[in-house]
Amino acid sequence: MNINIPLTNNKDYIVMGVDIGSTTAKIVVLKDNKIVYETYERHFSQVRQKTLEILERTKAFADRPVKLAISGSAGLGLARECGIPFVQEVFATAETVKALEEDTSVVIELGGEDAKVIFFKGGADERMNGSCAGGTGAFIDQMATLMDLSVDEMDILSLEAKKIYPVASRCGVFAKSDIQPLLNQGASKSDVAASIYAAVVNQTIAGLAQGRKIEGKVMFLGGPLSFCKGLQIAFVDALHLGEENAIFPEYAKLAVSLGAAIYADKENKAYDIDELIKIVRDAANVKSPRASLPPLFENQEEYDEFVKRHAKAYAGFCDISKYTGDAYLGVDCGSTTTKLVLINSNNEILYEYYDSNKGNPVEIVKNQLVKIYSLCENRISIKGSAVTGYGEELIKHAFDFDTGIVETMAHYRAASFFDPDVNFILDIGGQDIKCFKIRNHAIDSIMLNEACSSGCGSFIETFAKSMGYEIAEFANKGLFAKAPVDLGSRCTVFMNSSVKEAQKDGAGVEDISAGLSMSIVKNAIYKVIRANSASELGQNIVVQGGTFYNNAVLRAFEKELGHNVTRPKIAGLMGAFGAALYVKEMGLSKSSLISEIDLASFSHTAKAATCKGCTNNCRLTINTFGNGKRYISGNKCEKGSGETSLVSKDLPNLHEFKREMFEALMANEKKDGKLKIGLPLGLGMYELAPFWKAIFEELGFTVVISGFGSRKLYSKGQYSIPSDTACYPAKLMHGHIETLVEKQVDAIFYPCLTYNFDEKDTDNHYNCPVVAYYSELLYSNSDCMKKTKFLYPYLNINNPKELTVELDMLIKENFGKDFCTQKDVRRAVSAGYSAYNEWMAKIYAEGKRAIEYARQNCKKIMILAGRPYHIDPEIGHGIDKLASQLGFVVVSEDSVSMLTEPCSVDVLNQWTYHSRIYNCAKYAVLHPDTQLVQLVSFGCGLDAITTDETRAILEEGKKLYTQIKIDEITNLGAVKIRLLSLLGAIESGR
Amino acid sequence: MSQRVKRVVFTKEMKKEYTILVPTMLPMHFEIICRILNKNGYKAEILKNSGDHIKKLGLQYVHNDTCYPALIVIGQFLDALNSGKYDLKKVALLITQTGGGCRASNYLSLLRKALAKAGYDYIPVISLNFVGMEDSPGFKLTLPLLQKMLYAVIFGDLLMLLLNQCRSYEKVAGESRKKADIWTERLAKMLSEGFVSYSEVKKTYVEILKDFESVERTKEEKIRVGIVGEIFVKFSPLGNNNLEDFLVSEDVEVVMPGLLDFLLYCVYNTIVDTKLYGLHKLKAVGASVLDKYIVGKQKDLIEIIKQNSSFRPMTAFDHTRTLTKGYIGLGAKMGEGWLLTAEMLELVEQGVNNIVCAQPFGCLPNHIMGKGMMKPIKERHEGVSIVAIDYDPGATRINQENRIKLMLANAKAAKSPANVGAV
Repeated sequence: MNINIPLTNNKDYIVMGVDIGSTTAKIVVLKDNKIVYETYERHFSQVRQKTLEILERTKAFADRPVKLAISGSAGLGLARECGIPFVQEVFATAETVKALEEDTSVVIELGGEDAKVIFFKGGADERMNGSCAGGTGAFIDQMATLMDLSVDEMDILSLEAKKIYPVASRCGVFAKSDIQPLLNQGASKSDVAASIYAAVVNQTIAGLAQGRKIEGKVMFLGGPLSFCKGLQIAFVDALHLGEENAIFPEYAKLAVSLGAAIYADKENKAYDIDELIKIVRDAANVKSPRASLPPLFENQEEYDEFVKRHAKAYAGFCDISKYTGDAYLGVDCGSTTTKLVLINSNNEILYEYYDSNKGNPVEIVKNQLVKIYSLCENRISIKGSAVTGYGEELIKHAFDFDTGIVETMAHYRAASFFDPDVNFILDIGGQDIKCFKIRNHAIDSIMLNEACSSGCGSFIETFAKSMGYEIAEFANKGLFAKAPVDLGSRCTVFMNSSVKEAQKDGAGVEDISAGLSMSIVKNAIYKVIRANSASELGQNIVVQGGTFYNNAVLRAFEKELGHNVTRPKIAGLMGAFGAALYVKEMGLSKSSLISEIDLASFSHTAKAATCKGCTNNCRLTINTFGNGKRYISGNKCEKGSGETSLVSKDLPNLHEFKREMFEALMANEKKDGKLKIGLPLGLGMYELAPFWKAIFEELGFTVVISGFGSRKLYSKGQYSIPSDTACYPAKLMHGHIETLVEKQVDAIFYPCLTYNFDEKDTDNHYNCPVVAYYSELLYSNSDCMKKTKFLYPYLNINNPKELTVELDMLIKENFGKDFCTQKDVRRAVSAGYSAYNEWMAKIYAEGKRAIEYARQNCKKIMILAGRPYHIDPEIGHGIDKLASQLGFVVVSEDSVSMLTEPCSVDVLNQWTYHSRIYNCAKYAVLHPDTQLVQLVSFGCGLDAITTDETRAILEEGKKLYTQIKIDEITNLGAVKIRLLSLLGAIESGR
Repeated sequence: MSQRVKRVVFTKEMKKEYTILVPTMLPMHFEIICRILNKNGYKAEILKNSGDHIKKLGLQYVHNDTCYPALIVIGQFLDALNSGKYDLKKVALLITQTGGGCRASNYLSLLRKALAKAGYDYIPVISLNFVGMEDSPGFKLTLPLLQKMLYAVIFGDLLMLLLNQCRSYEKVAGESRKKADIWTERLAKMLSEGFVSYSEVKKTYVEILKDFESVERTKEEKIRVGIVGEIFVKFSPLGNNNLEDFLVSEDVEVVMPGLLDFLLYCVYNTIVDTKLYGLHKLKAVGASVLDKYIVGKQKDLIEIIKQNSSFRPMTAFDHTRTLTKGYIGLGAKMGEGWLLTAEMLELVEQGVNNIVCAQPFGCLPNHIMGKGMMKPIKERHEGVSIVAIDYDPGATRINQENRIKLMLANAKAAKSPANVGAV
């Protein structure tokens, strides 16, 4: 690199800058204002050794005393121990920018686990990623691994993208749950790659800039931004930067180390190179004490006993080349892996397959079928075929499988084969953790992992790779670790930094491997299952899923539980095995599975499209198979499936009904008002819009409602979100405000309501802090507020008199003394109450009708219970339609809650919306045909309390509890499995 | 209450025999309060147990998405009960309830649920609240007792203020801490024994000030860093990874708005409720009287500090609450509510330009009153930087400290431009 770096002491010293980030070490050596040596390499967490190794290499250049400074998150410890000057990395970056590109106004820097935006002009400011850190270099690595590509390959593919799918950008785990189904459904890798980049860009702009506009000359720094062409383009496009304003310097990945060098130049301290090497070497040899966990195995004997014990749980095997007779095929098309099992009529395994689906399960199943047919020759005839898992629908359509089976059912089937009395199944797969409690030979409750409890198999795998190991080798290293690292049990991003911290303290690969296994187990037990003690899980526990092939994980689980469990030898194939058992029991005379001949000419293409069926505008993937058959995925309802015969049977659906009520409310706009006032249709407005609309219309306003939420609306306001971990419904409010400003209203109204309506018999009737006060935040953070009046008075809606007085004051203050009289306001307020009562009465009536309809037609009822705003298509993601499609009559919490006496609860019952949910739970307990599914917004703090209480009410009443956590993610795959499992559980046992 | 979790009432009979366990938040304040209780017929004890296993117990028995303070407080209780130190048939737990709209008022319910799960459902839990929520016949605070507790809070705030203003400058390491400990002991003794007149209290202020004034200090001017946030993680070293000590080790002076402000905030909210919504008018009259009384006491202290020492006094609450104008309404009263914004502004007004805003991960009110108000505060006050730090069981110190270091590096650069970036 031939750049001139203006240093002051260039004649007498060699100047070095060392930048040790979370994954890489970067060092530059400067001599006479020129770079004479530079390196950028992965340190595989061997921070000290790596630094030492590089320093030794620089010896050749060090013919003068050396000045040096260290920077980077992983360099802090080293600098401290060696007494070498340390400079915070953002500062180092600033040094570089000042020296080399002074007119830069913003720097965007992506590192391994950090993302930063630094503003230089107009009030210097830096932003670093907080605790939620989707969209960093490690995230891109992880996504590439998921797609079975190298980062370079992914980058090249991204350049050919035709469409962008929405990928949740805040949380790496959410992103993965968006991407996996896309891949499974056959979306092109190019499109997915570009979508990942778009998500990273989104995360940086929304999550970090937080309201501050990125404009002027923007410099892009850090590894990913210097390697990934596609990412560069994505940033430039998203920020609308002209060529002159987008700077991608050749020193992008070395910027911090250059800055460290410039900093070092000003320091007085100088070293002789040998002395320096000695200091670092001494530091490398010191191991500081740290807290650790007991080892997995005390000695070899313990290990041997363990191995011997687990060898006992196996299914019989039969040599396929010698068998003649019937066979049954089970396929488990999971999120990351595809599993196949062929069994004979004695339930013995003829053939098995387990591998990563490499982003294209169709191709894998096809190849496997070819292989199986050739092995079957004419001796074996396949009498039945069943498929389960994420890719169930796709595979079933592609190859004409006889049947699909819900994942949970398939797993229970298989587990009970090994232990007929099994009462708990824990399945840790690549992407998800599933736990089932079995009571009376039926699935009693199902728990799945959520975003913040994400440590699964692929996490260890990615981690192993990032440290330069294959998973098996990595796992084995952990078995005999002396002092496993205690890594806690939260999200994977946190775990990454815990590992970083441990490494800083000198933990080796062995201890990290064992620590990771333990943390995954703890995550499953305490966060997913939420157990307090081992006895809660029962005595007969079957563990399965690919992750349990890892003996370290298995052992960690047994140790944490304090007793032994069964791990079938085919732990990773249980879904497929269960599917095979299931179809065998169906006793089909002939299988519909694609024939060997048709298979030879089988082909598959996937194309993206957007559904125009309704306002959801689902992004569809149209799969076409060789025989002209099509399978469409991505649709939330049957409209997009292309199969008209399936179109809705018009089951009552209160969520849909309420949406229609809002549509009618919005269509009914009085256009002749003196002034236009806007109501953002989000949060509390989802219940109170009719109330305020009536009031303002009565006062002579034209009332404009912002409309339903959508992705597009969200991105409009995304720039002004200051707290990334707030719930999605709150974050959508920013878009609603922007929309209203675009509609040129004279004022926007969203009052601060500490108290909601008092529906009696509760401890209090608060709104949640977000619903109550989000206006305060909107006013302070949305720049568009300057273009309009924003009215957010504190009001008491329980007291018409007070409300009248306050509103009267508000209106006179803002629209003039003569706008109306207090009498007018009194009349308007009374009109508001009538409108609200009428509105709620309509909802109650429809709720009653729906329940009557269900009882008359023997339909199951689902109370899809959340908050009023969960009916928004962008928030609820069409979950109600899915439930409806599965045959449930869907009712909302507000239409049912008053149908029972108030529920007695063990918590402070102080939030109006949540009180309704408790009552609904009681209703579900009292009515055998009614199920409750609770919708929870990610980040809703109150729901940590309400979900546990709702669960307790339901479980006391021997009802299943199902919770669906929703956020930006739009893919319904996981939701569907959950609802199907619920359905299966109801049918099979209750 | 359902049948799932039972409520054991703390009866009058229990008062004499039972040991009441109190969670740690502010060691000095709570120590004095505890000693007052003990001289008045109770047997109270502040929990001093700490360590990572407390978080673990919390995680095990409380929903993991619940805020961090609940995890710690409940974990600390359970750890104490498990320790074998107490006669489990003769122990009760004390927890506060503000009755506000955030989750904190539910800590009590969560504690009871956790006790039930852990097999301790027979242990009574006492709600310490001033808004007529749960009632414990065996735990009644009389007016004289409450007045002493109020003094305890004021003294605690004074000690905290002086300790922070001395410890970063002391020439003999540990001297100011030692003084604070000695005073905690003396004050505990003084307040727990018989009647204490207000003139005696005021005399003691002066003595304390004089004593701290005698600490030998360097004359340098250090960067001052304010701490605001959710009350528990703001104050409790267990909740914030010893944030204060970390900051002192980074060679800055810590500025911590006191506990009295929070009490005044709670009192004032009753007045605001009446103004805004026409609620509980009678209570508001009482609240007004109380507000005036306590603010008066605070002002007396401020005056005494000014006249008798070189230390910077706290800001009077009736001024603090005016600072929110143009930022946030006084109706925003859940969690720390508008007080959080007010305290940031109070710090800025005092010339404290660097602020750590500490909150549990996912703290709902702080989305608005903390993170939501940073933009306007920074826009209107050049040179102010605020860093939001989230605390939870999984958050690592290294990440938290790296972010604080970034702010400190900035501050140091601003102070002496020649030394850009030194950390």
